[in-house]
Amino acid sequence: MSEPNPREELRRISRRSFLWAGAALIGTYGGFKFLAGRRHSDGLPWPLRRTLEFNEDIWTDAFSKTAMAPTFDPQQRTEARVNGPEGLDDHFDPTGWTLSLENAYGHDEPVVITLDEIKKMPRQEFTTQLCCVEGWSMIVTWAGVRFRDFAAKYMPGYRDSAADSRRPPDLAKIEELVRYVYMETPNGGYYVGLDMQSILHPQTLLCYEMNGQPLTLDHGAPLRLVIPVKYGYKNLKRIGLIRYTDEKPADFWAEQGYDWYAGL
Amino acid sequence: MSEEQPTSEPQETVEIREKHPLAIRWNHWLNFPILFTMIWSGLLIYWADSQPNQDAGHFYRIGFGNFTLLRLFPDWFYRPEVHGAHLVPALDDGHPLYNLSGRLAEGMGWHFFFMWLFVINGLLYVGFTVFSGQWCHLVPNRHSLIEAWQVVLHDLRIRKEPPPEKKYNGAQQIAYTIIVLMGLGSLVTGLAIYKPAQLSWPAWLGGYGGARFLHFWLMMGFVGFFAVHIVQVIRAGWGNFRSMVTGRELVPITPPPSEEPS
Repeated sequence: MSEPNPREELRRISRRSFLWAGAALIGTYGGFKFLAGRRHSDGLPWPLRRTLEFNEDIWTDAFSKTAMAPTFDPQQRTEARVNGPEGLDDHFDPTGWTLSLENAYGHDEPVVITLDEIKKMPRQEFTTQLCCVEGWSMIVTWAGVRFRDFAAKYMPGYRDSAADSRRPPDLAKIEELVRYVYMETPNGGYYVGLDMQSILHPQTLLCYEMNGQPLTLDHGAPLRLVIPVKYGYKNLKRIGLIRYTDEKPADFWAEQGYDWYAGL
Repeated sequence: MSEEQPTSEPQETVEIREKHPLAIRWNHWLNFPILFTMIWSGLLIYWADSQPNQDAGHFYRIGFGNFTLLRLFPDWFYRPEVHGAHLVPALDDGHPLYNLSGRLAEGMGWHFFFMWLFVINGLLYVGFTVFSGQWCHLVPNRHSLIEAWQVVLHDLRIRKEPPPEKKYNGAQQIAYTIIVLMGLGSLVTGLAIYKPAQLSWPAWLGGYGGARFLHFWLMMGFVGFFAVHIVQVIRAGWGNFRSMVTGRELVPITPPPSEEPS
């Protein structure tokens, strides 16, 4: 028997390899078609949506309540920009405003809270960067009440209804609390869902002052959310309603294809 | 079948030599659709930041100081259909592949899916080259720089002598090592954009804005690499291309065989 001619041998190997290459090419094309064609879940093919949720799980485990978003010197402030009117009515009178809080521990009815009551709580001020999902960012000095302090007074309820409800919940035991917070504007036109971990982060603020001035209407007067561990679209302007809930809340932009978690 | 006739010479002057291991070939070719999808979805994301009304768009330009030669990218780049470039029939809201405007959420969905494939493929590639010993062909040594210079001169037809015949010449060693470091850079700057608040080290990269700038220009570097790579692959010819698919190449027999095949 003669040894195979190397040129012929390589041609034989090539045929096999290029068949593999062709199959891989078709497989890649088919894979893309398959992915893009999946049933949409809130504006995204579901495998992409599931992956965002998978990433959320990873970052929930990695989340640190002591890791602070970078703070800046007030001199480093940049121009404050207004980026969308969703949920903000043109004619809004902040004088008659009250905040409605649902499902607070020990309250069967919604709690109505005035701005004066909020301003009596300890005031916090810091200068942080608001990062927009579009890519731009701005450095702003915010002042208001830490949500932690607000929640210490108006507590979220227990996740497990069988828990001993005579003892008030402990904010440090986050695994005992309901999982989420929902917020919406007074007209319901804009709404966000947030995880308890992020809302209790020490830099999350119920904010009434921006760059040393009371909030203006287009920045969400009289009270807005500032949450530097989230993209800008979670920083709801003009809070009308806050609800503690154990069901994953709806979110305006998440319904349009964006990440629900939106953690930074 | 239009294959050339098998040679009828009784004595062969060539033999088959293994060139690229199977793992590296898979890593190499898989990286093509993965990186393509990362760049494509990245452009969907970047569109939102490069509109004329977006301040942050001032990063993405070719210029110096206050002088801007070219702002990246003009509208026709994102909406070719609107500007008369109907490459293939498109849907009402544009073509799913090449209309890149107004699709930020979709871009992020793809980007944060394919980032996993990009990282896994990269780790497998680096892991394989390290454990198989292939790294010693790839990592530059003290001769690589001068050799790379000679390769450049040769390719530009300034120098006559061809580069030494070996698996990777100095220019390739430098290029193929830098591209791996660029992949690592894309991962690091990508994380800095992804979690600028919870991670503290992104401040070293200039924070959210600075990391976006670096991430963008690394992407441009990949595109530049790709362009040069294609030209060089065409220049190197069919045998070289085939070796990246089959893993094998034909080389002249050296030294001459001591006995005749029977």
